[in-house]
Amino acid sequence: MTLSEVFIILAKAVILMLSVSFVVLLLTYAERKALARIQQRMGPTRVGFRGILQPVADALKLITKEDILPTWADKGIYWLAPIAVFVPAFLMWVTIPVAQQVVVENLDLGLLYIVAISVLSVLGLVMAGWGSANKWAVMGGLRAAGQLISYEIPFIMAILGVVMLAQSLDLTEVVTQQNSVPFALVQPLGLFIFLTSALAELGRTPFDIHHAESEVVGGPFVEYSGAHWSIFFLAEYMNTFTIAVLTVLLFLGGWSWPIMPFDGFLHTTLSAIWLLLKTSAVIWLIFWIRGTYPRLRIDQLMAFGWKMLVPLSFLNILMTAVVLFYSIPLWVLTCLSGIFLVAAVYIIRFSASSSMERETIRLISAKELRSKVGIPPLETGGKPE
Amino acid sequence: MLDEYFRQYGVIAIFAALAVAVPAGMLIISWLLSVLKIRPNNPSTVKNSIYECGFETITERWSNFNFRYYSIALLFVIFDVEVVFLFPWAASFGTMSVQFGAYVFIEMAIFIGILILGWLYAWKKGSLEWS
Repeated sequence: MTLSEVFIILAKAVILMLSVSFVVLLLTYAERKALARIQQRMGPTRVGFRGILQPVADALKLITKEDILPTWADKGIYWLAPIAVFVPAFLMWVTIPVAQQVVVENLDLGLLYIVAISVLSVLGLVMAGWGSANKWAVMGGLRAAGQLISYEIPFIMAILGVVMLAQSLDLTEVVTQQNSVPFALVQPLGLFIFLTSALAELGRTPFDIHHAESEVVGGPFVEYSGAHWSIFFLAEYMNTFTIAVLTVLLFLGGWSWPIMPFDGFLHTTLSAIWLLLKTSAVIWLIFWIRGTYPRLRIDQLMAFGWKMLVPLSFLNILMTAVVLFYSIPLWVLTCLSGIFLVAAVYIIRFSASSSMERETIRLISAKELRSKVGIPPLETGGKPE
Repeated sequence: MLDEYFRQYGVIAIFAALAVAVPAGMLIISWLLSVLKIRPNNPSTVKNSIYECGFETITERWSNFNFRYYSIALLFVIFDVEVVFLFPWAASFGTMSVQFGAYVFIEMAIFIGILILGWLYAWKKGSLEWS
């Protein structure tokens, strides 16, 4: 590799870093606005037009904030942990294409690489928890380890289903294979497994038990502040964006589905825009889920991962193998996959372990209560009731 | 071919260098700002103490943790290794099934079957239970 090549790659990497960071800033704003909308609030409104500069203000605040180093902390690990979380989040972008030919390096084993790199962020979270020497943080770090490795298996298996359909580990090739039919229509079950386990990998609600504020008060991040914390934040949103892009590339047909008739420069630009539009739809879905569902308990979370998603992902692979081996038309796989998806949702909704005992609160009027318990009516000052 | 192979490692290495440099740069900027007295830096004993529920932390800093994490980790290792074996099989399933016929399919079905047996055993033994 010559020096000029190194510089070209470095330039690409810097551009990628800048654009991904820009997207992350937008995402933080979008998430606050989306959650505010769901919770009937206004969200940020003060800084800039409708609060659009809020992320910039946040970034400035975080970097000029005091960075507290607890006395008991294991200093080396404490300092390195944010970097260990950030590196895998960015490294995944080496091989993620945004349009035909627009990719830093199209690795032949792209999907294997992404899977291998994505697991590494567990290490950073455990380091953060352990280095803080705080009991909440240690608990949060261990929960992160338990959760992330449990959901890694269905996550990879869902990707494997796509690999079998596309017969390639190359992301560009996977997208090209979806020219006519996106894999979401062939494997709805696979999409369900992928999205659910990806949410758990991201540690977003309803799977955010490792930094659950009401249980472990922020988990591994409890002692962090200022610049250190902002790196965790950056990595988390970067991961969210990566997962959304991967969902689009693997299941929703990337840039090619349904049609992309142009070629040349126009094709590239439109492809990227189309991909980003689809990605933002997935991101809204993730925000929507966060605004809607309550957090799972840790035993529910583990049971859901190991007893529900793992067998479903095995089933997904075996079904795909049978259909592909006997050259059965793909719509049969769609039907099978759909049936099992409906069955799975039914089991999740109605199984004994997932349904909680709900305390029902019945609202009754004061009048009714009075007549029931026999409290004499209040003096209403002579006015008729 | 081999050159191409090493070139890809080079690309990833450059990316890794940048991925380390950016957060490290942020930390250094933050530190410089404290040197230049732009951001506050007034550590005190109370401020630097461990965050707790209002008490001082008692016993060891690093407490013991539950054994269940080990069994989950062991299960993960088994399944993860299995997935590594599944990757090449899945990627070349089409060409291999033309070449070797039903053999490809049945063999992997047996492999997955053994794992499912193990998984059922783990379930039966209660390693998947959290409570």
